[in-house]
Amino acid sequence: MGRLVLTDKIGIKGIRDIEVYRAHGGYSSLVKAIKEMTPADVNREVTKSGLRGRGGAGFPTGLKWSFLDRKSDKPRYLVCNADESEPGTFKDRYLMEHLPHLLIEGLIISSFALGVRNCYIYIRGEFRYIMKILQQAIHEAYQQKFLGENILGSGYSLDIFLHPGGGAYICGEETAMLESLEGKRGNPRIKPPFPAYKGLYDCPTVVNNVETLATVVPIIEMGGDAYAEIGKGKSTGTKLISACGNINKPGVYEIELGLPVEDFIYSEEYCGGIRNGKRLKAVVPGGSSVPVLPAELILHTLKGEQRLMTYESLAEGGFDSGTMLGSGGFIVYDEDACMVRNTWNFTRFYRHESCGQCSPCREGTAWMEPVLWRIEHGKGKYSDIDLLVSIADKIEGNTICPFGDAAAWPVSSAIRHFRPEFEFHIEHPEIVRNIYHGSLVNYPVSGIQYR
Amino acid sequence: MNNRIDHKLYSKEDKPVKFSEDMLKRIGEIILHYPRERRRSVLLPLLHIAQQELGGYLSVDVMDYVASLLDIHPIEVYEVATFYSMFHLEPVGKYVIEVCRTGPCSICGSERIVDQLEKILGIKTGETTPDGLFTLKTVECLGSCGTAPVMQVNTVFYESLTSENIIQIIGDLKNQGNNKPLETKWVDLF
Repeated sequence: MGRLVLTDKIGIKGIRDIEVYRAHGGYSSLVKAIKEMTPADVNREVTKSGLRGRGGAGFPTGLKWSFLDRKSDKPRYLVCNADESEPGTFKDRYLMEHLPHLLIEGLIISSFALGVRNCYIYIRGEFRYIMKILQQAIHEAYQQKFLGENILGSGYSLDIFLHPGGGAYICGEETAMLESLEGKRGNPRIKPPFPAYKGLYDCPTVVNNVETLATVVPIIEMGGDAYAEIGKGKSTGTKLISACGNINKPGVYEIELGLPVEDFIYSEEYCGGIRNGKRLKAVVPGGSSVPVLPAELILHTLKGEQRLMTYESLAEGGFDSGTMLGSGGFIVYDEDACMVRNTWNFTRFYRHESCGQCSPCREGTAWMEPVLWRIEHGKGKYSDIDLLVSIADKIEGNTICPFGDAAAWPVSSAIRHFRPEFEFHIEHPEIVRNIYHGSLVNYPVSGIQYR
Repeated sequence: MNNRIDHKLYSKEDKPVKFSEDMLKRIGEIILHYPRERRRSVLLPLLHIAQQELGGYLSVDVMDYVASLLDIHPIEVYEVATFYSMFHLEPVGKYVIEVCRTGPCSICGSERIVDQLEKILGIKTGETTPDGLFTLKTVECLGSCGTAPVMQVNTVFYESLTSENIIQIIGDLKNQGNNKPLETKWVDLF
């Protein structure tokens, strides 16, 4: 069993209650930070820990915090990104549902470090029952004087408010989230200026993911150096991985970064292998936006090295043969999954969720989706495959926010690794038309390897 | 959002819509979560409350009323209400069933669940049953991929759906009929 630093208390009965949480050492990191440390000390420990943003981009948290405009006389804001909506990702929900006080404690310590007076939790509107859990936790924290005026007699004051989204994937992008929080459509902003200078209400703002902010608690508890010893290389610490798809044990697992992908998929401790004794076909390891890899390439790099669950190892080989750790939304496909259908499905998602600001993304996703639909339904042409590659190339890098890249990568990676399957659809319309939501495993699609 | 641009806005019916005094007092408290000059921030919470309390969908009358409460132009409410998928712009059934259709749910059988629901309810996706009890929709990822396939009914989650338990769930909802379902009030969540 790997070390648990984030979810070690998750099995304790009644841990959602502040008394139980405190009886098991909860809020001791907060007391330590506020009574024994300065905000600069907290920043230093977070920087030393090597913690990287757990929302998907993997940007070093300490560095992000260091960018905050501390010279401005405007109020500063911390916005907690709880808009979890990357397909395949359900780790923040798990954390908030079972350990709400861990998030609240992390928010208070982080706000203290950043000199924030008002903090907002932007949570996706569909998670209404989790809002109820968080609301209760916030209420309890106020009662114990961990929130409100003059926290623990330190002179530091903080309020935390819940703010629901309205069902829009793009609001997980930090500047779209700020627009949404201001009561507008979730259209991402052009950067610079970055939120660290002009964020919420044009004030200096930090936006961090739920898991990132919760991880600040064990970092303060054990110290940044000790945290940095967990994990491998620049991928320090542990990460929540939400595993789903055709596996025996879908769920959220805390892993030490550096765990071999093969162990994660096949060991009983984690995914427990492929469901119904089928073979592994492909994996999308970091939420729907990251490139899909076929079985062999997710288990081993092109050089033949074992692929590890780290930011670096998963990216090994660039986009030719690698992918990304992303948000940790680990989607596993068995031999029955149709990669054309899956790519069409994801593209329909991106088409629906594009905010519509940038033409390449708005028009590009609206072209790719029907082209993929007709290939999947046996009406495609050979030229469609190159057309898709060409559209994806034209979206990538040409939009205000990373959504465009996220919409392009699943298409270009599926064609890169599963081209024969696209060609099979075009060559055999009579077969694909007659398969109900179908599997091609019994047909001779050349070049597809299963494990 | 591409497939939403042809949404028609219903014409104004000039029906009187108004929150109760208690509700207005509570909303006044929620507005204090945001800086005084930035009270437009409360728009999304307020639209959730309005949809739940004032008829189940955001009619033009309701949106105009919300605009008047915040002293902003009606168009500033319309443009927000049309952007977010949780807001209904047309009348919906008492139970809005929204089945996740995205990748992870899809490979675990959500398409079959939708087909089956269409058969059980006798309507197509996007339609409402003639008795006004059910509206069937598909939505994008609900963040519950580990218990796929998943659907929400008025934002109450139903997970690990199968062709068997789906019959039970619909049966139970039907039996509740016009009794008010046990739902969290939006206004109580802030």
